[in-house]
Amino acid sequence: MAKVLVVTSGKGGVGKTTSTAALGAALAQMGEKVVVVDFDVGLRNLDLVLGAERRVVFDLINVVQGVAKLSQALIRDKRLDNLWLLPASQTRDKDALTDEGVRSVIADLRTKFDWILCDSPAGIERGATLAMRYADEAVIVTNPEVSSVRDSDRIIGMLDSKTVKAERGERVEKHVLITRYDSARAARGEMLSIEDILEILATPLLGIIPESQDVLRASNVGSPVTLNNAASAPARAYVDAARRLLGEAVTMTVPVERKGLMNRLLGRRAA
Amino acid sequence: MMNLLRLLGGRTASAPVARERLQILLAHERGLRGQPDLLGLLRAEILAVVSRHVVLDPEKVIVRMDRGKHVSTLEVDIEVPNGFERSIAAAAT
Ligand SMILES: Nc1ncnc2c1ncn2[C@@H]1O[C@H](COP(=O)(O)OP(=O)(O)OP(=O)(O)O)[C@@H](O)[C@H]1O
Ligand SMILES: [Mg+2]
Repeated sequence: MAKVLVVTSGKGGVGKTTSTAALGAALAQMGEKVVVVDFDVGLRNLDLVLGAERRVVFDLINVVQGVAKLSQALIRDKRLDNLWLLPASQTRDKDALTDEGVRSVIADLRTKFDWILCDSPAGIERGATLAMRYADEAVIVTNPEVSSVRDSDRIIGMLDSKTVKAERGERVEKHVLITRYDSARAARGEMLSIEDILEILATPLLGIIPESQDVLRASNVGSPVTLNNAASAPARAYVDAARRLLGEAVTMTVPVERKGLMNRLLGRRAA
Repeated sequence: MMNLLRLLGGRTASAPVARERLQILLAHERGLRGQPDLLGLLRAEILAVVSRHVVLDPEKVIVRMDRGKHVSTLEVDIEVPNGFERSIAAAAT
């Protein structure tokens, strides 16, 4: 059965788009048929991170408004046969995205894909609520920093009240993905620890993505980090997170280039 | 342990402060979630009560909540026009 997963955060710039692309590519590499949907109307970026920016003809709003068929708007990844992109529109009219329109596009995508990954815009307004509206699962991208954790808490509250699942009395399955984690700074007590974040948010951990140059490098060349440098620490962390989404029990570690003490100190299991 | 880290790092570990601030703040914010706007409600009712006796400019009624670690304070600031004592005296007769 298809799964709709929203990648959300509240706070901007924490790594939602990076994570959507990396998780989408990792799931596709494992044989899942995946579509990543850019909900960031007016500020689309997922096409750039995936290196598909020059292939965009139609977008989500064209489909919602009936200007284009879904099949015309979907872009197939050049490297991974199983990975598709539904780009966001660059229109400034955010009201062009309607609840009914999103409902019908998601229903259509459910018949064609195993995973529908929705890259949410920042904030708690219409765009973010529509991105989470039809979700079965949510990845809450959080940086180890007070304002990000606070916004994640807010978003968790919305996932528990404003989604269709919540309104039906069901639960959206939630996972926290900690990104831009600097283990050296955490060890010095300069950054909220993983334990602190998980205790405060009371939500299970999907993975820990280290702060890494490889992420920027990958986005520079338009390739998800899992494809661009599969051996890098963030790529391995994203692959582990994707395997956990598929239900595998993968031991939780903080992947660092220099293996050793730090890794063992911070190693822990997924909740 | 903390002191040792401090000596080693030459800097104060700020994460425990961050954690504590977040816990206090979120406990409060979660409490408000899904509830009507408490301050708005208080303001409306205070305005209604005081207006029964004094003519007020609704804009001049300010209700503010200050959160502390153990107790919070509710501050109500109402600006009343001069001469309102006379209007009370008049109402009493
Ligand atoms: N693990 C990481 N290490 C280093 N840089 C990162 C990491 N994750 C994300 N970044 C960088 O942070 C910036 C923001 O990332 P991204 O665009 O994925 O965030 P976002 O949450 O989608 O932002 P927005 O809220 O604007 O949509 C980018 O420059 C990205 O390259
Ligand atoms: Mg983004």
